[in-house]
Parts: sequence; C-alpha cells; structure tokens
Amino acid sequence: MTDLDKFLEKINNNIKIEPKDWMPDGYRKHLQRQMSQHAHSEVIGMQPEGNWITRAPSLRAKVILLAKVQDEAGHGQYLYSAAETLGKSRAVYIEELQSRKAKYSSIFNYPTLNWADMGAVGWLVDGAAIVNQVSLQKTSYGPYARAMVKICKEESFHQRQGYEIISKMALGSPEQKEMAQDAMNRFWWPSIMMFGPHDQDSARSGDAMKWGIKIESNDDLRQKFIDKTVAQAELIGLTIPDKDLKWNEETKHYDFGAMDWDEFWSVVNGDGPCNDDRINHHIKAHEEGRWVREAANAYAEKNN
Amino acid sequence: MKNELINYCLRLGDSSLILGQRLAEWCSKGPMLEEDIALTNISLDFFGQSRMLYSYIAELKGGDETEDTVAFRRNEREFYNILLAERPNGHFGDTIVRSFFVDAFNFHHYSKLKESKDSVIAAFAEKSLKEVVYHLRHSSEWVIRLGDGTEESKLKVQTSLNELWSYTGDMFDMNDGDHLLTSEGIAIDLEEIKPLWNATIESVLKRGKLDLPESKYMQKGSRNAMHSEYLGHLLCEMQYIQRAYPNSQW
Amino acid sequence: MDNQGDIWEVFIQSKPGLAHKHVGNIHAMGKEMALQNARDMYTRRQEGTCIWVVKFADITSSIPEEDGSFFEPSNDKIYRQAVHYIMPEGSKNI
Repeated sequence: MTDLDKFLEKINNNIKIEPKDWMPDGYRKHLQRQMSQHAHSEVIGMQPEGNWITRAPSLRAKVILLAKVQDEAGHGQYLYSAAETLGKSRAVYIEELQSRKAKYSSIFNYPTLNWADMGAVGWLVDGAAIVNQVSLQKTSYGPYARAMVKICKEESFHQRQGYEIISKMALGSPEQKEMAQDAMNRFWWPSIMMFGPHDQDSARSGDAMKWGIKIESNDDLRQKFIDKTVAQAELIGLTIPDKDLKWNEETKHYDFGAMDWDEFWSVVNGDGPCNDDRINHHIKAHEEGRWVREAANAYAEKNN
Repeated sequence: MKNELINYCLRLGDSSLILGQRLAEWCSKGPMLEEDIALTNISLDFFGQSRMLYSYIAELKGGDETEDTVAFRRNEREFYNILLAERPNGHFGDTIVRSFFVDAFNFHHYSKLKESKDSVIAAFAEKSLKEVVYHLRHSSEWVIRLGDGTEESKLKVQTSLNELWSYTGDMFDMNDGDHLLTSEGIAIDLEEIKPLWNATIESVLKRGKLDLPESKYMQKGSRNAMHSEYLGHLLCEMQYIQRAYPNSQW
Repeated sequence: MDNQGDIWEVFIQSKPGLAHKHVGNIHAMGKEMALQNARDMYTRRQEGTCIWVVKFADITSSIPEEDGSFFEPSNDKIYRQAVHYIMPEGSKNI
C-alpha cells in the first residue's frame, strides 16, 4: 500500500488526518490556503464591526458587540494555530495577507454605514459563515475540524445578536426600519456570494471534495442558507432585494435570481470599496506593534 | 446625602466607562492577536463596572432613568471621570502606563471600598477587585517588559510615564460630598490610598528599571467635572445614536 | 521576519479535581505572558480553575507511524483491565 493509498483509505473511513501524517502536497497546500484565508477573514472581519463599537447605542449593545468582535480575534487565533500545524508560521501567513498574496472573505470589503449593519453582519454574514462552518466540522484535517467545533460552539450567539439588532430596528421607528432595509439591501447579495462561485465554476472544489476538506458544495450550502433566511426576513417585515426569489414547490427550495459575479471577482481582486482600507489598517497596527513585540521578545530572552 | 451618593457613583462609574471606551478603541489594533483580546477583556470589565453603578444611580434617581440615560444623555460638565481615563490612547506604551496608574489606584481603592457601609458599593468593589487584580498584573508586567525590553521600548515607556504623571494627582482629589460620605463609612479617604499607590508604582518601576517621574505640577479638576478637550469628542462619538434618535429602542 | 513569540500549548482544568485538558495554543513571549494570554484566549466563558502552559518546543511526541511498536505490546496484556476477571454470580460493589 502506497502512502497515497493509506491516506485515501483514511479519508474514506472518516479517519482524521493529523499534522504528522503523510499527506499529498496538494492537500497540504490547499489546506494552508483555505485555513489561512479563513483565519484572515476572522481577523479582517473585526474591522467592519469594530467600526461601531465606540458608537453602539446602548451599553448592552456595546458589550455584546465588543465580546463578539473579540471572539473573532479568538477564532482567527484558533485558525492560525491550526494552520501552523501545516508547517508554516503565523508570521508568514500574516505577511501573505499584507502582501495580498492571500485572500480573505470578500464580504469584509464592504463598509458598515449604519447601526443596522451590525444586525445585517451578524444575521446574514455570520449566518452564512456558520452554515459553512457547521459543515466544516466534519472536514478531514483534524486540527481544522477541531477548531471548527470550538468556533461553532462559540459562534452560536453571534447570529442571534445580529438578528436581535436588525429585528428591533425593523420593528422600530420609520427611520430605524429604513436603516434596517438599507442594510439588508446592501448585504444580501454579498452574503449569498460568500459561499463562492457555482459548483461548475469552482476550479478547486473537485480536489477539496475528494480529499474530504469540503463536505458540501458551494451551491448546496448557499441553498441551505437562503432557505432558512427567507422566513426570518419575512417575520420582521424586511424585503429580500431579489425579485426572482420564490418558493419552488417541486424542489422544496427557494429559487433565486442571478448573482453578479463580475462584481464579486472585482472585489476579490482588490477593487472593492474597502480593500485598501482593510489591508492598510492591518499593516498599520502590525507596524505600530512591532516595537512592542521586539521589546517583549528581548525581555523574555533575558528573563526566562 | 442622596445627591452626594449619586455624585460619588458617577465618579466611579464614569471613570470605568471612559477608560473602557478608550480601551475598546484598541480593538483590531493590538500589537498581537493575543494582546488585542487581552485589551478587549479589560475593556469589557470596565463596561461591566460602569453598568453596575449606572443601574444603581438610575435606581437612586428613579423616574425614567436607566443605565443608558446616565451614560448617553449627559455632557462634558456632567461627567466626573478621572482625567487619566480620557487621555488619548497614544501608542501601546502610553495606554499601558495610563492603565497601570489607574489599575494600581483601583486596586488599593477597591481593597478598602469593599468594606463600604453602602451594600451596593461594597458589592461593586468586591466584584471589581477580582477584575482589577488581573488588570494590575497585566499592566505591571507590560511596564516591566517595556522598561526592561529594548532601548527603544525603555525610552518610549519612560516618556509615557513622565508625560502622564501630572494627571495622577487628580485621581486622589475629593470634593465635599466625598468627605461627607467618608465620615459615614461609605466612601474612602483617598489620602490613605496615596502611600499604598506610591509603593506599588515604585516597586514596579524598579523592576522595570525605570525612573520615578519627577514631581511637578499636578493637573486636577475632574472631581468638579472640569475636563480636557478630549472628553467632548469621545462623548460625541459614544452618544451619537442616542442623541440623533432620542426616542428609539435599540 | 517578524517574531510573534513562541507557541505555548495550553491545558485547562475545568473544575477542581479534574485533569488538565489540552485546549489549544497561544503565542507569547515568556511564561508570564503565556499564562495571561491563555487566560484571555481560553477562559472567556469561565471555562477553568487552573491553567498550565508548556512551550511547544519542549514537548516530545511519539511518532504516529510507529504507533504499532509503541502501543501494540500492551494489546495482549488484557489482564491489566478490570473486565478481564470473572466475579462470582451475585457479587456486588467490586
């Protein structure tokens, strides 16, 4: 039995692959890319929500939002930590993010412009992320799967707090309702595009499914998300900005309109409204923290 | 005495809220992910402390007051936070030194305040003290690390110490109401705290191979709601939604 | 290259009396910082009563491929397991 056979046998028997096990180079590279992208998304994702912490409208809202954004830092850390087991250090991953060699979820390149956006981000963006992450709890790489289990457990409050914010506004004053609908309009399409291109257009999906990294396809996950979200929107009187959205009695799923993939790819490739701001913010904090890290390292060398 | 008690709670609650707000500004800007999380944890503790006191104030005042009206519907001249709390974050060393001065003060203050005859204040001090012990450990260790780290960090943190020193006297300022509450066993005579605070500062600076700043003119005024210009901008940002949509629920 | 500190593995005891369980790792410069970072990262939801941190570089691991030679020798020594022994019918609390 070759190493590859042994590896595939483990995958087929749902035995997790662990850091010191033999794995095909493509598997390692795919995971390094996907896991670091996932980690970067958590960390960059702190910015659009962090944007509202100092302006939260109540003390309760403030601590909830702060705790949530803090969780994202924690989840970024769990994911970097899992990705480091693949033989690449966090410093290298960070360098790849800052040099734009690595990507992060494109949704975070959109600005958060009113308080309802905190609702939309929690409800729709985290909602979409959770659908994906629940599925990834069964991924074949042990450290990744374990990080996902921990993340899913902690994220359970994230979507609920978002829905709470947006429902209070949707059911509030006319001004609040308008903000809620505006947030919905801006975040709906980017949220459903978070699942990535259609299966037939997704170049790397094949290997990822074969290797058990991806368990469900982009389109299946997207459908799952849309199906559960429509009723939640209706309940609070928000309109999903898609005139083609309707229930299909035959498939027992919602049909929905065409997504604008040109916009998607242009944002992925750097031309979104906040791409430069997000990366520059990250670089600035990183550079301003350099003397602190150097001091801490110097002190530890002298005193440990 | 109710007014004095309310004013005293504002002193404690506002200091926690404003410093919490400053620390929250660090979110996503920390020198490392782990430190980002540490700063947010401390910020969350401060918000929790202020909420406890604001709820008490709302209860004492009665009517439609809530923790949020207390936090979001007052102006600069109605805030009683210590001046240090509103100092801008500056660089990481500035933030650490600011926290260190305040944490050492809170530690000694709350260690005594937990014996307060007012049961809410005593409970507040006891709960906060648990948090403050950790805060002080966090900021002291960083002062030592930066002091005994590199040449650059030593210079930076010594400068932070020297610059923020003149705001430390303000923490110990007391007004007539505070003296009244002290005689009733509710508040603490801050003169008693001063030597304890000094001892903590001196021992940590010594471990960090740092110099105690020279005594010079001390800023004060916050006990009578006199502030720097920074506070107004902080409040503008913090209170904006409540001010723009005053009758909405969030 | 930027220095993000050493990797420290974190073990948390969730209640007094229980064993310390591995929960993940953190980056830190020095053991005091490692303890603080572990506290902030892994006990945000009151998960613990005691934390251990161990520098990752100080851990020696067996090699999974050698699992066989490492663990199989005890496979045939089932007399080390309590269930190996047959107790007389009706015996209790043993």
